[in-house]
Amino acid sequence: MGGSRVAISIDRVVKRYGDFIALHGVSLDILADEFFTLLGPSGCGKTTLLRSIAGFEEISEGSIRLHGEDIAALPPHKRPVNTVFQHYALFPHMTVLENAMFGTLRLGWSRQESEQRARQVLDLVRLSDFVQRKPAQLSGGQQQRVALARALAPRPKVLLLDEPLSALDLKLRQAVRGELKQLQRETGIAFVFVTHDQEEALTMSDRIAVMSDGRVQQVGTPREIYEAPVNRFVADFIGETNLIEVEVLEVCDGQARIRLPGGHALACPAAPGAAPGSGHISLRPERVSLCPPDGGEIRAQVEHQVYLGTDIQLLTRLPDGEPMVVRVQNSDADRLPQSGAQVGLKLEADAARLLAD
Amino acid sequence: MAAAPGSGGGSSAIYHRSAVRLMLPTWIVIGILLLLPVLLMGVYSFLTKEFRGGVIWSPTLAAYDQFFLDRGLFGDEPPSIEWTYIGIFWRSIWQAGTATLLCFAVGFPTAWFIATRPAQHRTVWLFLVTIPYWVNLLIRTVSMKFLIRDEGPLNAMLLWSGVIDQPLGLVNTNLAVLLGLFYSYLPFMVLPIYAAVERYDFALSEAAADLYAGTWTTLRLVILPAVRPGIIAGAILVFVPSLGAFLAPDLLGGAKTFMIGSLIEEQFKGAAGNWPFGAAVAMILMTIVMGVLLIYARGQTRRSQ
Repeated sequence: MGGSRVAISIDRVVKRYGDFIALHGVSLDILADEFFTLLGPSGCGKTTLLRSIAGFEEISEGSIRLHGEDIAALPPHKRPVNTVFQHYALFPHMTVLENAMFGTLRLGWSRQESEQRARQVLDLVRLSDFVQRKPAQLSGGQQQRVALARALAPRPKVLLLDEPLSALDLKLRQAVRGELKQLQRETGIAFVFVTHDQEEALTMSDRIAVMSDGRVQQVGTPREIYEAPVNRFVADFIGETNLIEVEVLEVCDGQARIRLPGGHALACPAAPGAAPGSGHISLRPERVSLCPPDGGEIRAQVEHQVYLGTDIQLLTRLPDGEPMVVRVQNSDADRLPQSGAQVGLKLEADAARLLAD
Repeated sequence: MAAAPGSGGGSSAIYHRSAVRLMLPTWIVIGILLLLPVLLMGVYSFLTKEFRGGVIWSPTLAAYDQFFLDRGLFGDEPPSIEWTYIGIFWRSIWQAGTATLLCFAVGFPTAWFIATRPAQHRTVWLFLVTIPYWVNLLIRTVSMKFLIRDEGPLNAMLLWSGVIDQPLGLVNTNLAVLLGLFYSYLPFMVLPIYAAVERYDFALSEAAADLYAGTWTTLRLVILPAVRPGIIAGAILVFVPSLGAFLAPDLLGGAKTFMIGSLIEEQFKGAAGNWPFGAAVAMILMTIVMGVLLIYARGQTRRSQ
């Protein structure tokens, strides 16, 4: 990604609906060749942001630049970006081929060029045998691929995808993830992908912007987002974690000294913005192991177990009554403590991470 | 377990076995209320007329002969084509067609407007559209005449505002009949189109805009084809009754605006009529309408294949 040009530059974008503010001054740079994901719970503003890029929503403040050109004032049909809609929105009265030709014909391509390009993209999504079908005669997965082909045919500078996998069943969704990522590499254009599914985001994206309440909470690679969340929202939303209230003794240069419930003090990485006083650490359940009651950094009481197949989840309670989840591998199942037993919890190095609130 | 093809579900097997019995009520209703009257009319059109109304049961082609052929005042000249009734047919089709177009031009935007209001307001708008139709058609047509006559409010207003300097003289013209037909059948255009637009997926308009189509291109290539069934239904519901209408031509038109409906009405009304001829005209009208619908249906099935 190093040295890539910026495809879309979103600068302090605000979107208001009457009194409701959907986007609170969002700023983002999306590179010209990356798979970029807008991730967040419903109502976080991710779809509003995508629709603002496409032109379906008029932004109240700020600017959206596409390769340097401000497009915020252009109507959707004048923006060189294309969208894959959540429910595909295929034209029901047209064949697959006609759907795929729609965009290029409007751009003034000749019928012949348009058809050639349509067949090319339909080939890319492996639909060559279905060109004369109507959308209603296709399965959900095939319709999704028609939507992709239709959006790619006019050679957009950026492809916008609005939760395109949400209408597919689980197995198909997993298969399509790989295909989408592959397609992004082959076409070499930026994909901006909206989803509320963190697993989808982690497996496909080059970079992710985690959003909530109309704000971008964190932008980073899947690894950064998962392993170095900046605040409680991101830590909680991505994967499973324990948020534990701790006393922050000092913060210096991205490192902090904290005191855990129970009195044990330790050093751990700190997110930017963390300050001494009271704070929260994020502790991933798989980075904590069990040991005798006095052997770990924290004591806990086992409440019950949840069998998950490869893993077993232990629900425990800290001395101050806060819940804490620990994940152990199934191979250790025989040696697991019974409900009510006191155990010690041993933290891996850098397992704890101090968050900004 | 794979079911053998054609074995079907248990319930469908029952339906197949009892098909005749289950369909019987439908056939009785269709038979008595639809097929029998048409059959009766068909038979009457081939009978001899009784001068005080009614028929004499002796078969003849006289009614159709009268419609298509001109044999002179006393019926003894060599036959040539009779243009009078064909002319009336042509005028009727023209008037009904124009009324349908007018209804579409006004009805489509109206239906679109209503269907795009918030859900709780739509019922109110729909109710407003249908309000005039609680009033008897005769009263409405007479009111239309009152509105557009030379001394009526329309001319008064136009004269007052200086747009015209003498009354338009609308009554007894084709235009007046057209206005009457338009006003009589407008809701039949609005309601089916409304139903179609309400089901329309507005994401399709967004998709079209996303794929570089402007407003009019989107309307032409995406919206109109998507709501086409509603438009067709509306067009049929306006065209067919307009074709056979007799109130509007009678009340708003004159001798030069005579339409099929009035022609048929005359044959059955009072003692001066000619039942077989009326039946024949109705049969010819029905044949034309059915023919047009059949051609349309053929085209539909070919499109969907």
